[in-house]
Amino acid sequence: MTQRSRLHVPHPPARPGDRPDFSYVQISPAGAVPRPEVTTPAREMESLSVEMVRVLDDDQRATGPWNPHLEPEDLQVGLRHMVLTRIFDDRMQRMQRQGKTSFYMKSTGEEAVSVAAAMALRPGDMLFPAYRNQGLQVVRGRNLVDLMCQCLSNTRDMCKGRQMPVMYHSGTGNLFSISGNLATQFPQAVGWAMAAAIKGEDHIAATWTGEGSSAEADFHQALTFASVYGAPVILNIVNNQWAISTFQGFAGGEHSTFAARGPGYGMPGIRVDGNDFLAVYAVTQWAAERARKSAGATLVELVTYRAAAHSTSDDPSRYRPRDEWKAWPLGDPIDRLRKHLIDLGEWSAERHAALEKELETHVTACWKEAASYGTLTEGPRLDPATMFEDVYAKMPQHLVKQREELRELMETLKLTPEPSSTARDP
Amino acid sequence: MAHMNMVQAINSAMDIMMERDPRVVVLGEDVGYFGGVFRCTDGLQRKYGERRVIDTPIAEGGIVAAAIGMGVNGLKPVAEIQFADYIYPAFDQVVSELARLRYRSAGEFSAAVTIRTPCGGGIRGGQTHSQSPEGIFTHVSGIKVVMPSNPFDAKGLLISSIEDDDPVVFFEPKRIYNGPFDGDPHKPATPWTTHPKGEVPDGYFTVPIGKAELVRPGKDLTILAYGTMVHVAEAAVRLAAAGAPGLEPLAVDAEIIDVRTLAPLDVETVCESVCKTGRCVVVHEATRFSGYGAELVATVQEECFWHLQAPIQRVTGWDTPYPHAFEWEYFPGPQRVAAALHKVMKAA
Repeated sequence: MTQRSRLHVPHPPARPGDRPDFSYVQISPAGAVPRPEVTTPAREMESLSVEMVRVLDDDQRATGPWNPHLEPEDLQVGLRHMVLTRIFDDRMQRMQRQGKTSFYMKSTGEEAVSVAAAMALRPGDMLFPAYRNQGLQVVRGRNLVDLMCQCLSNTRDMCKGRQMPVMYHSGTGNLFSISGNLATQFPQAVGWAMAAAIKGEDHIAATWTGEGSSAEADFHQALTFASVYGAPVILNIVNNQWAISTFQGFAGGEHSTFAARGPGYGMPGIRVDGNDFLAVYAVTQWAAERARKSAGATLVELVTYRAAAHSTSDDPSRYRPRDEWKAWPLGDPIDRLRKHLIDLGEWSAERHAALEKELETHVTACWKEAASYGTLTEGPRLDPATMFEDVYAKMPQHLVKQREELRELMETLKLTPEPSSTARDP
Repeated sequence: MAHMNMVQAINSAMDIMMERDPRVVVLGEDVGYFGGVFRCTDGLQRKYGERRVIDTPIAEGGIVAAAIGMGVNGLKPVAEIQFADYIYPAFDQVVSELARLRYRSAGEFSAAVTIRTPCGGGIRGGQTHSQSPEGIFTHVSGIKVVMPSNPFDAKGLLISSIEDDDPVVFFEPKRIYNGPFDGDPHKPATPWTTHPKGEVPDGYFTVPIGKAELVRPGKDLTILAYGTMVHVAEAAVRLAAAGAPGLEPLAVDAEIIDVRTLAPLDVETVCESVCKTGRCVVVHEATRFSGYGAELVATVQEECFWHLQAPIQRVTGWDTPYPHAFEWEYFPGPQRVAAALHKVMKAA
């Protein structure tokens, strides 16, 4: 008898029409995971990579050694940022549906991943976001009008009409330019952190990528460099279960946690409840302290769920149960923090409703202002000849010539298609 | 015969080859259960199973490298890279490995891998969903490079690519997946049912790699184009004849050649035409500097110099990344091509 190998093909537990099944998600009780000293050697903390750090229990009470003991005011700010992020997302999705721009990606259900982490870091820390981290922009105080103008590719677009929606950046906000290519920012963040260490600064870097993108070589290069040089960086894997139609098993999540890759590279990996604001805050704070104390890089797996479609070009009902989000065992990060605050006596249903109303009004006002500077489909836009700028620091002669050619063609051939009008000066 | 759009034609080519040849496997991101983000592999996993239509991790380098390993072990992999813009993580595997495997092992090892990848702009994809990197790959010895302009050629050329003993990078201009596109984004979309090349045989047939196609015969000048630009060139000829703002009507009998297989290039068809007409306009969507057009121009100059009556014109994308908001100023549309026709006819 010969034994033959057979190709293993991962299968998600539920497809359209099936009952959602998240029994594969291993969840530790809140408060159950110990919090080691940040200088503990990585090999002595391996259990952190398979358990799940959770602070909020089933009644949304804070418990255990990871409780960051935040002031109620801070929690209220966190809640506000998360609600704002969700309302912003909903508005931008509608804007795309109304044909004002080409594309949008929501972060619904994943707000804590970005908001809590950004709040636990210092303004001087450099963030290298993926494309679903709008909460980082919100916490860093970015003007929503600026974010909207980027999505609209209008006369005030920070990217000057060059990037698809959501590919923000902010030099002053220490938010790196977002790439459409996957995981490229991961090793770049490590390099930024290495430079901070070379220069002897105490700023650290933090970066995010999806669990799907963790299959890219860039991810593994990042871990190798971070480990070799003990770079002061926090490497976050947002495990939201789905990479377009591909469930997390296709990224290697079937046989191991994503956090467990950390110990494999000689750094701690921590698996955390990504929908638990307090847990995300505490783990980020811990990893930041580790980085600042020259104890090295940390890999964090944030276990969450992508409640929305991958993007406005995606229809998730083709590949997963429609109601899967409702069955997600780690709940909704906004609901959980809201209940926690109410339980503390620091919040109420009325205040929450008032907050939502206030932020809706704010987002609507921002939207009106942003749209007044133009939309992708109706203009006005910047002068198309600006496309030749910034290809190089100094425009080479062949681009000067091409820019002239374009201007001439636009003039003689009426090249700019209607109805978009253009404005030369924003 | 059936009406097919390009997606259906590409799907049909893979279907037929999987049916005929058990060595053919398909792999890539979202290609299996989901059927591909552009639906090109729709239904194939249901028909051939998940061990022949393989969903992969998001790792383009891994996809191509695994395809090479499969090819070495006797399979004929058809790998999909979801957007040509995402092919660069696989660049080393294509350039240093796939392209040279036969050469470096003196013929003992090779991998007959086909890499399918959607390219080109016109879908508001910005700089990371719009690129046309064919020139980067035609520069590499050891791989063939194909870009069809219609469903008939897409099916016939993909079957040829899968059957080919050499690796092929097969570019699919995504703007024309669902219909021919003449470069005017404000016109209603035209389906492939209105185009003669939307008629495609149901069964097996091939279009040979290394043969260009005469799309429109003419005697005054030759337009060399491929992919979406074949349709833009046709529109430009009509536009030039009719005249437009800034363009006097131009009575010109233009010959249009769909280069179709970029490497190897059908030098004979291309140069016979230019030697006949004496004038040449090269059109591609990719950036100009060191673009594939430079190869075409050089070849035409070498072979047709004594027949040329005017400097050869190039109409291409500008030498910048593809900008999201200025897509139609970047895209070399029919007006720009028509202006080049004027220019090449004016020269003595």
